[in-house]
This record gives sequence, C-alpha cells and structure tokens, in this order.
Amino acid sequence: MELKSILEVLLFTSQKPLSPIELRDVLNRAADEEGAEEHVKALRKTPPEEIVAALEVLAKEHDAAARSYRLVCVAGSWQFVTQPEYAPWLRSFLGVKARPSRLSAPALETLAIIAYRQPITRAEIEQIRGVAVDGVMGTLKERNLVVEAGRADVIGRPMQFATGPAFLEYFGLPNLDGLPAADELRRIPVQRPESLLTVDNHLATAPAEPTQPELPVDTVDPSVNAPAEPVAEVPPAEPPAPTA
Amino acid sequence: MRWRQPFTRPVPEMSEYRVQFEVFEGPLDLLLHLVKKQEVDIYQVNLLRIATEFVTYIEQMRELDLEIAGEFVVMAATLLYIKSRELLPVDKQVAVAVEDEDTEDPRWELIRRLVEYKKFKDAAARLQEREALMDSIYEHRPARPELTAPEPVRREAASVFDLVNAVATILKRYNERTDVREIQADPYTVSEKIDYLRQLSVGRPRFPFSELFASARSRAEVVVTFLALLELIRKKLFIAVQTEQFGEIEVELAPTPPAGATPQAPEPGTEGAVSEGALPPQSPPADIVEPTPPRSSDQLPEANPVGSDNETPQTA
Repeated sequence: MELKSILEVLLFTSQKPLSPIELRDVLNRAADEEGAEEHVKALRKTPPEEIVAALEVLAKEHDAAARSYRLVCVAGSWQFVTQPEYAPWLRSFLGVKARPSRLSAPALETLAIIAYRQPITRAEIEQIRGVAVDGVMGTLKERNLVVEAGRADVIGRPMQFATGPAFLEYFGLPNLDGLPAADELRRIPVQRPESLLTVDNHLATAPAEPTQPELPVDTVDPSVNAPAEPVAEVPPAEPPAPTA
Repeated sequence: MRWRQPFTRPVPEMSEYRVQFEVFEGPLDLLLHLVKKQEVDIYQVNLLRIATEFVTYIEQMRELDLEIAGEFVVMAATLLYIKSRELLPVDKQVAVAVEDEDTEDPRWELIRRLVEYKKFKDAAARLQEREALMDSIYEHRPARPELTAPEPVRREAASVFDLVNAVATILKRYNERTDVREIQADPYTVSEKIDYLRQLSVGRPRFPFSELFASARSRAEVVVTFLALLELIRKKLFIAVQTEQFGEIEVELAPTPPAGATPQAPEPGTEGAVSEGALPPQSPPADIVEPTPPRSSDQLPEANPVGSDNETPQTA
C-alpha cells in the first residue's frame, strides 16, 4: 500500500485539515497497535518531509484527473476542497459560506505590504502607501490577519507587524511562500533603470527611447507645456539646488 | 514661495453642486491613476504633466470643498519641486552623479515609490481575487463515522404512577360525556380485555400505550382495559417502558415469558416492570386466585384485586 493512498484515506475521512505532523502521528499510532502487520509497522517514523512529498504527488494526481474536488494545503494543513466553479450548486445545496465581510481596498493594500515585507513597522507601511494606516491596522489586527511581531531594532523601537494566524486561512494559502509573486515583491530595492540617469531631456524623467513611438506629444516640446501650467511663473532662481 | 500660490489662492465661492469625484486612497494612488492615463510605463512618465494634473486635481478638491489630506499637499510640493528643477536651462542643471544618486534625485525617488506602490496595489488585487475565490470553495467535511454501536436507548420501566397518569389523560377524553344515557350493564370484563391485549400484541413486540385505548368507547371500557394491562404486567407477560421522561409509555411483551401458562411465576406479585410497591397491597392474593378464574380464557384472573378500590366496576 502506498503512503500517498494511506494519506488520502486519512484526509478523506478527516473532519478537519491535517498537518503532516498529525498524519505522521496517525501512522505511528497505527504502527504501535498491538498485532500491527509488518507493512503497517513499516510506516512508523515516516519523516514529515516524506509525507509532504507524498501529499504533493497526490495533489498533482488529483489535479491531473481534473475532478470536481482537489487536495490543497492551507496554512500547512491538507484537506480536500471543491473546485470553485461548482459553487453555484453548492451554494444552493449547502448555503452561502459563512465568511467574514470582505476587506476594503486600503485594508487589502496594507495587508499585502505586511504580508510581503514582514516584519514591518507602521512607519514603513505608511512610507509605501503614502497615507496613514491607523484605521485599517485596527481592523486587520481585530480579525487576526495581522499581529504584532516584536519591536524593530531601531531608534524608538517601534512595533513591528506580521501576518497573523487567520491570514493564510482567509486567503486559502499554503504558506507565506505561496503568496503570489512573492519573489518580486520581497526584493526590497526597485532597480533603478540605467536610462534614468540622463538629465538631458529636461521634462520627463525617462528619456524617450528613440525607437519608442509613444509620448512624442508629451516629450517633444516641453516648452509648450510649461507656460500653460499654473506654476509657469516660478522664477528660475527659486528652486532649491538639485543637490539638496 | 510663489510656487505654492495655487494653494493659497482664495477658494471660489462654494458651488452649489457636487460632482462625482473619484476617491483615491492617497497621493500615490492618485499619481498612479494619472500615470495610467498617460498610457506609458511608469519609468517613462512625463512627470511635469503629472505634476500639473496633480495640482489641478487638488484644486478641484478644494473647489468641491473636500478635505485635502496632508499627504496630498506634501506630494504636490514634491512634484512642484521636481518641476521647478526641470525648468532650469539645461546648462544650469547640475549633472546627476552616477553614483549614490538614488536618494538625491527626487524624480527617481518618486518613480521608485510609485513602482513599489504599484506592485503592492497589484498584490492587493490578487489577494482580493483569492478572497473572492474562497467564497466559492467548500471543504470536504465528512461527519464522523459512527464507529461504535449506538448506546442502547435507556428504557426505564414505567412505574404504576406513570401508567395511572397516562390513563388519567386518556380518561379525560371521556369526561366530557355528560349527557344522560341509558344505564346498561357494562359489557366489558377484564379477562376479555386481557385477551384483547394479547391479541393486539401478536406479531407486534411493542405498541404505544395510547393505542390500547384507541377503540375504547366509554370511560368504563378504558378503565377495564387499563386493569387488564395492569394484570398482564403483574403477571410479567407485559412490561411497560418509558424511553424518556414524560415520553409516551410503550407496552411490550415481556422478554422471557414465564414458562408454561404463567401459573407460578407471579409469586412476588408487585414487581415486574411496574415499580415496587406501586401496586395496591391487595395484589398478592391475586396470584392465589389464579387457578380459579371464573371465566378467564387464559388462566388469568379477573384481576379484581388489583383495582378493587376502583370506583368503576370491572365486570358486571
């Protein structure tokens, strides 16, 4: 009997999602039963990594079979769930799923920043969003989507925040690595494009690449633009030195 | 600071109308919107035009009497600073050093923030999709399989009081009959009813108490039937059980009917399913009466002793 099939029946009959550790414990208990047969005993001390690997194979098989349900990992625990396209019937059969109210756009933005950059201080979040986040932080903490995660080792020792226990479950994510486009968003520095260094064109930040047909109107003649603007009369001497 | 002029300009008289105004989360959100309108990559955006549009937007907010968050004002200042730098003749502009310029060049700083903010805004949109998706996913949640045989329902023997209460309820139905009737000899006898009950139980191990009286036409008949039941219980041929408190009493055949035709078994007289001592003290003699039933079809007595204090005549 294959490990993955054993795991499959355990998850199939389980009333709650099971973690690899819980599955391992079941295997151990079965092996320790009096009179357990050899092949049952053999699975004693199956390492959790092996269980995870078997579960992943199993999940792939289910996906490949394109059934109406699949095996997923949410917050480190595995379970069978239905495919979303069957929701209309399930909704009428079982009723609308009891879920907390949807998050607002500011809350989602704030949560995304925390999720990708945790641990992060409030000031850092506000730096990225450009607005204060006090209100949404309250909501997020209340819903356990965000928790305090120690203090930053900087002056003032501000509180840092991280995603809370409800986060992965709420979005049905396996773990934090499962966040979409995680690599791109975690990488802190946004690479400065080389081209930006040119100051020649004194209008746009980006030099219009010669081959680029876009924005000719905007970039071609800055002087046309400028006078029309309300600040056109700014005296040339006033702007602070660019090196400020 | 003449470049701040747009902000200090007196507000035009408050207009009576309100315009549908797109609300932005903050200055970066508004900037992104303006960039999007230009339909170019963020890196190639025309910042001067953006600056102008940004300020125009803020002015509109003022005209509409909207509260302008401080963040917007700060951003406007940054934009105008950038713009002012650009207005210098090219030869007067300070060449941007190649190194360490990231924090110095306000244009780059702004672009960097915009790019970063855009990424998180997109990430938030993906989270929102997932959030919506979760509404459509149902977990497989089997009920726990029944692994052990269900606990046998605890069935208490009904006491004689339970029985009396039950029959009293039934008798109430007959109470309303107050009409004057012809007096006639009661046609019912306990032994007849015993036969009837035993007939009733054939092929049916259990039946509800109330059913015993379903066909009763008079108060007397109910009473006689009840006495017959008591007698059968006393003889341990029937037992009365009650599965829950105040529940319907059920009558069933005793599990192991006394061997033979019940002559010797009921010696103790008052136990059985009916609780101890519940029966009137006169019952023991009833056993002895047994062998000499005047007209019982089943060697059962007429059970007078049981209900001897009853005001209703059992037999004519």
